[in-house]
Amino acid sequence: MFDRRKILGLGAAGLALGFAPHIAFARAATHRRFIFILQRGAADGLGTIAPVGDPAFDRQRGPLAEPFATAEKLDGMFAIHPALATIGGMYRAREAMFVHAVASPYRERSHFDGQNALETGSAQPYAIKDGWMNRLLGLLPSDQARAIAVAATVPMALRGGVEVASYAPSALPDASDDLIARVTQLYEGDAQLHALWAQATATRMLTGDLAADQGRNAAATGALAARLVTPDNGARVAMIETGGWDTHAGQVGRLAAQLKALDAMLGALRQGLGPLWTRTLVIVATEFGRTVRANGTGGTDHGTASVAMLMGGAVAGGRVVADWPGLADAMLYEDRDLKATGDVNAVIAGALAEHFGIDAPRSLAALFPASRAKRPSEGLVRA
Amino acid sequence: MAQDDIRIAWHRFGLGPRLGETPPRDARAWLEGQITTYRPMIAAASSRVIAAEIFGLIEQRRQARQEARLMGAGQPMELNAVGPASRRHLVEAIGVRGASALTTDAPFAERLVHFWSNHFAVSVEKQRMIALAGAFEFEAIRPHVMGRFSDMLLAVERHPAMLLFLDQAQSVGPGSPAALRAEARGRRRGLNENLAREIMELHTLGVRTGYGQTDVTELARALTGWTVGGLGPQGRAAEPGSFVFAPQLHEPGERRLLGERYPAGGLEQGTAMLETLARHPATARHIATKLARHFAGDAPPAAMIARLEAAFLRSGGDLPSVYRALIASPEAWAPQPVKFRSPWDWTIAVLRTSGVRVFPGQALSGLQQQLGQPVWKPGSPAGWDDSDASWAAPDAVMRRVEAAQRLAARAQSATLDARALARDQFPGTSSPTGAAVARAESPPEALALLFASPDFMRR
Repeated sequence: MFDRRKILGLGAAGLALGFAPHIAFARAATHRRFIFILQRGAADGLGTIAPVGDPAFDRQRGPLAEPFATAEKLDGMFAIHPALATIGGMYRAREAMFVHAVASPYRERSHFDGQNALETGSAQPYAIKDGWMNRLLGLLPSDQARAIAVAATVPMALRGGVEVASYAPSALPDASDDLIARVTQLYEGDAQLHALWAQATATRMLTGDLAADQGRNAAATGALAARLVTPDNGARVAMIETGGWDTHAGQVGRLAAQLKALDAMLGALRQGLGPLWTRTLVIVATEFGRTVRANGTGGTDHGTASVAMLMGGAVAGGRVVADWPGLADAMLYEDRDLKATGDVNAVIAGALAEHFGIDAPRSLAALFPASRAKRPSEGLVRA
Repeated sequence: MAQDDIRIAWHRFGLGPRLGETPPRDARAWLEGQITTYRPMIAAASSRVIAAEIFGLIEQRRQARQEARLMGAGQPMELNAVGPASRRHLVEAIGVRGASALTTDAPFAERLVHFWSNHFAVSVEKQRMIALAGAFEFEAIRPHVMGRFSDMLLAVERHPAMLLFLDQAQSVGPGSPAALRAEARGRRRGLNENLAREIMELHTLGVRTGYGQTDVTELARALTGWTVGGLGPQGRAAEPGSFVFAPQLHEPGERRLLGERYPAGGLEQGTAMLETLARHPATARHIATKLARHFAGDAPPAAMIARLEAAFLRSGGDLPSVYRALIASPEAWAPQPVKFRSPWDWTIAVLRTSGVRVFPGQALSGLQQQLGQPVWKPGSPAGWDDSDASWAAPDAVMRRVEAAQRLAARAQSATLDARALARDQFPGTSSPTGAAVARAESPPEALALLFASPDFMRR
C-alpha cells in the first residue's frame, strides 16, 4: 500500500518516478472552481450591457440611456456600463462573456417565485424541492463535491441531499474550544444539528483571521469566497447572493453603485484566486429583467429577459452572445419587456458541462429539467 | 398530556417562559385569555414626530448642497445628521420592541405581532424610512393584532413607512393633473407598480392566485395619490409623516380589478379595492396557510389550513376568531417540536429564561445582525422566510453557540441554576440536555449549553 501523503510529499522528486505525473494530471483535471453570484431583485440587463446599436435604444430608454453616452463599446451593438471597469478589462482579456436577452422558463413577475424557479431549476416555483447547485454536486467526483454558501444560511440553489457548508464572518467572539467540544457531544444524538455542526466546525478551520474585517463590502465578500475555495480541502463550488437590484425608482444612480460593487467583488475574486483564476468559472445571473421603458419614477418595473455574465480564466470570452430581439415597440414582450430569445438554464448547464467535463445533455437534464432548450449552449468555456 | 401542553403553550405559542413563571393551569385557556388581556405597547416616538425631524434634516441637507452649488463651492461639508438620527430612532424602537417581548404577560399576542410585522414586512434600506420602521409596527400592526384583517391592511398601506418602502409615495397617475403639468414642461412622471404588486402577491391574495398584470396595473392606478405628508409638492403642506391623499396625483377614471368595476373617484377607489382584497377567499387561504405554517410546521396539514380559512371567511376576517380556531387545532399541539426557532425567537427565549427584563436596543440590534436576522431588515418585502431551511444552517448554528456563550456570561449565572432551568423550562421531556448541563465545567458553561441545546433551538 502506498501512503498517499508520502506520494504527494515527494513533490518534484516524485515527478521523475513515472507514475506521479499521472496522479498529478488526474487531480488537476478536476480541480476547477465554480462560483455562482445571484443578483436578487431582478437586475436590469439593459442598464448593464446596453444595446446602444439598437435603433430604438435611445428613444425607449430615455434618461436610462444616459450612463452609456461615453461608455466603452464591446462590439458593434453593445456597450458596457462605465462602473464595470474591471469586468470590462476581463472582456478585453477574453475572460468575460455576456449572454444577452436570456431568461429562465419562468414567465411571471414575482421576485420570490422567479428566484425559486431559477434556484431550483424549474419553470414552476416550488415544483422542485432541491437546488440545481446541489444537484451539480451529485455530478462531480465525490472528492470534489464540496460547496459553500458565502452566507450564514444556505440559499435555495444549494439546498438538497448533499451536505453543504455555509460561512460568513461574524463579530461574535469565538466559542471556546471546550464549549465546542461539549456542543459536539450534545448534538450527537440529533441528526439535523449533528450534520449542521460538522459542517460549521470544518469551515471554521479554513477561514482564519479573515473574519476580522467582517466582510461588510462586496470586495471583502469576493476575497472571502476566493479564500474558501482556494485550499485543497476547501470548497470547489461557492455561491454569493447580492441584493439591491430592484430599482423601481432613481435607477441611474442606484444601478451604478450596485454595478460598482459587483465589479469590485469580481476584482477581489480574481485577485484572491491568483493562479487558480485560470481554472475558474464565475456566473452572474438574476431571476428576470426589468421593463424596457422607464416607469414614472425614474426606475423600471419587473420585466422578463436580462443578461447573464460568465467570467474567469476558463471562459472563452471577449464576446457578447445574443439572438437580439430588438427594442422596437412591436418586438417587446407584452409591450413592455425585453423578449427572452435565449434560455439562461441552457447557458448555465452548458458552461458547467464544459467546465467540469460533464456530459452536456446530462447536465441540462439534471440541473434544469424544466428547460425547453433542445441542448445546452456550447463553446462557452475552454476545455 | 398537561405537561406537554404547558411546554407547547410556552414555547410554540409564546416566547418561552420568564424566569420563575408559574405554569398555567389550563394551557389553552391561558392562550385564549391573551386575546382579551393584550394591550399594545406604545411606541418610543410617533411617525409624525420622527418624520418632522428626519424630513427636516433631509431638507436642510438639500438646501445646504444647493447653496454650495450656487456659491461654486463644490460639494459642501456633508451634513451628516440624517443617518445618525435615523439610526437612533431605529435602535430606540428595537429597544422598545425587545422590552415588550421580554416583559409581556401576553407572549402569544406578542408572537402574533412579530408574525404580522413580518407578513407586512418593511425593510430598513431607504434612508427616508429607516427611522419609521419601528413606528410602522407600533402604529399599523400592534393596534390591529386583535382586530380585523381589513383594518390592519388599510393601516399598513396608508403608513408612511410602507408608502416610502415600496415607492408608492412617488407614483403618479399618467393622466393626473400633476403628470399633465409636468408633461407640458417636458418632464415625464408616471406609475410605479411596486406596492400594488406586493399588496396582491404578498399582503393579500398570494402569488399565483389568478390575478394578472392588468390587475396589478389597475390597482397601481387606483392607488395613485396615496402619499406621505411633508414630502414633494403635494405633501409639503400636510403634517410630516401623515397619510395624504393628493387628488392632483390620482389617475382619473373607472378601474377594473379581478373583473369588478370601481367607479371613478378619489381615495375611496383604492380603499374599496383593498377591502375587496381583504375579504377575498384567496386571502383567507393565504393567511390561513402562513399561520398554520408558523404553529404546525413547514408542511402544515390541509385540514388545519381549511379550518383557519373557514374561520377567516365566516368571521369576515376577524383575527381573534382565526386565533381561536388555531388554538383549537390539534395539529398545533403535536408533542415533538415543529419549528426551528428564528434568531429573534431564540434570543427572546434565552433572555426571558435568564430573567432579563431590560436589554439595550443597541445590543439587541447588533446581536440580531450577527445571528442573521437584523430587526426590520429582511431585505425584501416578502419578509423572513418562515421555514426551518432558512435558519438551520451550519454557520447560523455556530453563531448561536457563540451568542449562547456570550449571553450566558452576561446573565446572572451565579444565581441561575441551569439544571433547574432545564427541568422547569421543558416539563415532560427528558433529553441529553439535562446530562450535558449537569456535566458542564462552570455555571456559565452550563447555561450556554442549555441555550445551545436542541430543546432550545426548536419550538
